[in-house]
Amino acid sequence: MKRFDYARAADVAEALREGQGDGAAFIAGGTNLLDLMKLRVLTPDRLVDINRLALGGIERDGDGLRIGALVTNSDLAADETVRRDYPVLSRALLAGASGQLRNKATTGGNLLQRTRCYYFYDIAMPCNKRDPGSGCQARGGVTRLHAILGGSDKCIATHPSDMAVAMLALKAEVEVEGTDGARRRVPLDDFYVPPGDTPQVETVLGAGELITAVILPLPAGDRQIYAKVRDRASYAFALVSCAAVIGMDGDRIGHAALAFGGIAPRPWRNAEVDGLLTGQAPSDDLFRRAADLLLADAKGHGGNDFKIPLARRVLIDTLRKATRGDAA
Amino acid sequence: MNKHLKMDRPATERFLDETAQNVLGTPMDRPDGPAKAAGQATYAHEWQIEGLCHGVLVRATIPAGRVARIDADAVTGRDGVLRVISDPRMLRVPAQGGANEAPDQGPDEVAYLGQPIALVVAETFEAARDGALALPVEYDPADFTVDPDAVEPEVPKKKQASQGDLEAAMREAAHSVDVTYTTPGHNSAAMEPHAAIAVWNGDDLLLRGSYQMLKYNRNELADAVGIDPAHVRILSPYVGGGFGSKLGITHEAVAAALASKELGRPVSVTLSRQQVFETTMRRSETRQRFRLACDAEGRMTAVGHEVLVSQLPGQQFSEPVTQATPFAYAGPNRVIGHRIARVNRTCAGSVRAPGEAVGITAMENAMDELAEAAGIDPVQFRILNIPEKDPTSGKPFSSHTLERALREGAERFGWSERRAPGQRREGDWLIGMGMASAIRVNILAEAKARVTLEPDGRVLVETDMTDIGTGTYSILTQVASETLGVSTDRVRVRLGDTDLPPGPGSGGSWGAASSGSAVYLAARAVRDRIAEAMGADEVTLKDGHAIAGNRRVDLAGLFDGPVTAEGHVEPGKTMKETRQSSFGAYFCEVAVNAVTGETRVRRMHGTFAAGRILNAKTASSQCLGGMTFGIGMALTEELLHDPRDGHIVNRDLAEYHLPVNADVPQIDVVLLEERDDYASPIQAKGIGELGICGAAGAVTNAIYNACGVRVRDYPATLDKVLAVLPD
Amino acid sequence: MRTELTINGATHALEADARTTLLDALRDHLGLTGSKKGCDHGQCGACTVIVNGRRINACLTLACMHDGDEIVTIEGLGTAEAPSEMQRAFVAHDGYQCGYCTPGQICSATAMLDEVAQGWPSHVSDDLTGEMDLSDAEISERMSGNLCRCAAYPNIVDAIRATARKEAAE
Ligand SMILES: Cc1cc2nc3c(=O)[nH]c(=O)nc-3n(C[C@H](O)[C@H](O)[C@H](O)COP(=O)(O)OP(=O)(O)OC[C@H]3O[C@@H](n4cnc5c(N)ncnc54)[C@H](O)[C@@H]3O)c2cc1C
Ligand code: FES
Ligand code: FES
Repeated sequence: MKRFDYARAADVAEALREGQGDGAAFIAGGTNLLDLMKLRVLTPDRLVDINRLALGGIERDGDGLRIGALVTNSDLAADETVRRDYPVLSRALLAGASGQLRNKATTGGNLLQRTRCYYFYDIAMPCNKRDPGSGCQARGGVTRLHAILGGSDKCIATHPSDMAVAMLALKAEVEVEGTDGARRRVPLDDFYVPPGDTPQVETVLGAGELITAVILPLPAGDRQIYAKVRDRASYAFALVSCAAVIGMDGDRIGHAALAFGGIAPRPWRNAEVDGLLTGQAPSDDLFRRAADLLLADAKGHGGNDFKIPLARRVLIDTLRKATRGDAA
Repeated sequence: MNKHLKMDRPATERFLDETAQNVLGTPMDRPDGPAKAAGQATYAHEWQIEGLCHGVLVRATIPAGRVARIDADAVTGRDGVLRVISDPRMLRVPAQGGANEAPDQGPDEVAYLGQPIALVVAETFEAARDGALALPVEYDPADFTVDPDAVEPEVPKKKQASQGDLEAAMREAAHSVDVTYTTPGHNSAAMEPHAAIAVWNGDDLLLRGSYQMLKYNRNELADAVGIDPAHVRILSPYVGGGFGSKLGITHEAVAAALASKELGRPVSVTLSRQQVFETTMRRSETRQRFRLACDAEGRMTAVGHEVLVSQLPGQQFSEPVTQATPFAYAGPNRVIGHRIARVNRTCAGSVRAPGEAVGITAMENAMDELAEAAGIDPVQFRILNIPEKDPTSGKPFSSHTLERALREGAERFGWSERRAPGQRREGDWLIGMGMASAIRVNILAEAKARVTLEPDGRVLVETDMTDIGTGTYSILTQVASETLGVSTDRVRVRLGDTDLPPGPGSGGSWGAASSGSAVYLAARAVRDRIAEAMGADEVTLKDGHAIAGNRRVDLAGLFDGPVTAEGHVEPGKTMKETRQSSFGAYFCEVAVNAVTGETRVRRMHGTFAAGRILNAKTASSQCLGGMTFGIGMALTEELLHDPRDGHIVNRDLAEYHLPVNADVPQIDVVLLEERDDYASPIQAKGIGELGICGAAGAVTNAIYNACGVRVRDYPATLDKVLAVLPD
Repeated sequence: MRTELTINGATHALEADARTTLLDALRDHLGLTGSKKGCDHGQCGACTVIVNGRRINACLTLACMHDGDEIVTIEGLGTAEAPSEMQRAFVAHDGYQCGYCTPGQICSATAMLDEVAQGWPSHVSDDLTGEMDLSDAEISERMSGNLCRCAAYPNIVDAIRATARKEAAE
């Protein structure tokens, strides 16, 4: 861990002030930032501790819910409203990390956690995300964790979050406050940017900008499932995960929103898949077509080839269960 | 008045069955438990020492070559960094178990990516860690190979064997299988990373470390540093797990000792978890070809087991995969093959039960395949093929409990409920049962121990033996308590100090039987003194009193001063003249997810026999632990090597998947009553590793029974199952 | 930098580099070595301590972020002479072998029972909103953030189940 200055902000304005400049980083739960700093993957000069900011509440927001950026993953998963109305989110959170980590991990930090790519984590290895221009060592290397969709020549790392996948299916918006004090809301679907030639840039968040909240609209479907497939029964990142928010309109699918984890550089969503399902009567044939569409451009890199059939099976199974009504 | 015994004759005297205290074998709580549960047991890194500075090792970032230049000035003097040490005496690899001398030294010569090449010492850990990562190093790279399948392997003559005509037997057999299994590399991954604190007092080195076999470790350390072993003392009273990785002295010990000498200050060096993966022993991956055959009745006629393992150039050790093959099952025609691929990967060495852990596991899969080919129940098939005597050497078995374990285990588990493959489904889950035998060679090792009866009637037991979680504190307490008739709370055991009589060290499962025997012999000598003092030929000792005739005398006050004796046990003819092994049987029920291919172990049972059980609780815990290692081996654990430079990419506990609590069911363990007179004076055998020797095979055999998929490439991760599952 | 830490009810003045994690502060600066370091990256749970009533990984948080917090470590739960119920149960059920993961397991288990009492669901709870029933599967899932290489898991589950029952009976 490189030496840094530590500053504790008392409120948002102070945090934004302290957080200006290239080498500054906000620290919330610290479970991702410190992990990477110890390995010198990240080397901020200045840490701005935002834990004393008043962003720890969960409130009603019109029909929806406003989740402060500092709400811990544990509190969010256990929240009565979330458990009742947004079970897919509770499920996703509870499928992530461990009890101890969820007690520290925050909503904002979780959205911004970095990839678990082995080569990103090892400063002796080239990595375009960590060290732009150095190359991508994952290509041609061990790719079990890597993307089958949305990667680029420069980077095939996956985004590891479970929470963000559920939030994407719930059509969340991220509330951001800029250094000028102005707040804006960015749909989560627009929050993450594709790796392209600049995999070091992961979101639309500008330098020094702070996430203040995540807003969830009233869920458009009451059949919610989070399916997570991993290498051990608990305490492992997703190889493939699928969040489904389905609303039935009689015996047809009235609303479909699907999102996927473990397969792409960002929590993955394909609006065409949702469109294909909406208004249709559930059937295995329909689900297969949805899978075909989702995976049309999927590409394996050897060690992760299995994610293509796995994602397919998980998608079909999740849709069967959701439309049957064996949801969360 | 010491007692020495060489096991040249079977120990037919059942002394410990006739003593009066009745604590030996009971499930006594560990005496070290309260301190451990309260965080009061002090492990290597935890000694509070004035003036301590911290060292962090620097890793090589190329797989082979020479260190051309280390820019020490770039970090020294900044941020509290005191010194960058790159000393030719530092280790390139850890010492193999029992090496008794320094392993390869000279860190400038890089043999694998991740090898330590220097040590950065600073006032604080934070500064040392950062200095180590920031240190600029230049290399002259050299050629290397990292793929064991791509090199021409070495075929050591001594490690090949054959008898009869295997090929003919395969041709003529009613049933045969010719299958190849592979197992990946494993790391011991003890929860306590390797750690050492070195302090010099003049020419004397005191090292607080975390090691398994102190009598060897002292010599290894002395040899590496270049001093007389008489000047080295090592303390390891608590060891946070070893599983082979702490058998020999490791990088941190030598680095701490050298740095401490150079700086004139105490130095602490602890490996990071990543370094534990990169620089401590890995279990080699294996490729194992089995050619097994039987006649129409299921009697085996051929046993062929040919393996390929890998190792760094120049290292003696190679994974003894076929160690138990010569005697596991009957059959006149036999072949054993052993090839070694020399590659630039982290050094291969002992990981819990080297040999059988992978060898018996895969063997038990191949046996499952042959049983199926022959149409015989797998339990019956094994019973049918238990040899009368060692089929290779012709020696008699010292005892053989496999059949009992198989029958009793099958009964307890409900094996008769097993159905044909793919017949049981509960919702998304396909359910299956599998079994395997447990087989592990038994060894008695030379051991000494000292027992003192204090004038107040308390007993002190002393040896440099270690307790790495195995229960040494417990069983030595019980052996002394039983032999001397004092309650266990009046016995104190001191371990893990090279100043104490040398034990065998914790390795190869020999610890309990060997050290237990040494304590027993010492206590017998003290007992003789008590009898003498009572003027009797025979005494009964119970609850701190000696009883002879109608006299009952308190041991407190019987002597004016301490009465001390040393016990010394050595292996002898019984080990050479008999084939000795511990046995057991595993039964397992798994659920395989029909959608995802994920496997969950739902039930697991093990029945084991290992001679006299010294503490039912700690022995059973050893088996639980072994079986859990087996679950990991079956389902999750695998060292992933980069195909280009061979480095271990999943070098942490997030990506090297040890089983977590949710992966492990409430495993059931049964220990059989047994006495093995040929094994040790106390009729005990080793049990510490038995629980892993075959366990994974039961899991993968159950996967086959659940869904009809034979995974021959460990671990059985979901992708391998998925590939064969129907839509 | 200087931080006041409240640990097991006592105040400690820590003078340390801002980089010092709570875990290293406990182990290397304050002599509270009961909390263990197994990975230093949030991957094993050996460092589990209880901060403001909640279990966390002390290795992934900076000491300087914790002034004013109530920190409880294994040393604060009980001693070898006067152990807590959970500590006692771990010894009785042999919920450990080498003992290295044990303080973390015990801190984790102690705080985990509070989470259950508050009705927090887990990944294996069938019903997110119903009563939380502490089955073995629930215990195992909730304790999966604490690795044990000696693999005392079944005994750890026994120890926790016994403690929970005993507390419920009281
Ligand atoms: C062993 C392990 C296993 C894990 N398993 C899983 C898993 O299975 N599933 C899963 O989803 N996650 C998993 N995680 C990741 C965990 O969820 C994240 O580390 C956590 O959510 C990050 O939150 P934090 O508050 O600790 O973030 P921090 O570490 O504090 O911050 C992360 C990043 O976000 C920035 N940041 C934080 N808050 C804000 C804000 N309000 N505004 C702007 N920037 C901000 C920081 O500057 C930093 O760059 C695991 C982590 C570990 C260590
Ligand atoms: S040391 Fe903190 S989780 Fe491993
Ligand atoms: S008791 Fe050794 S790691 Fe758990």
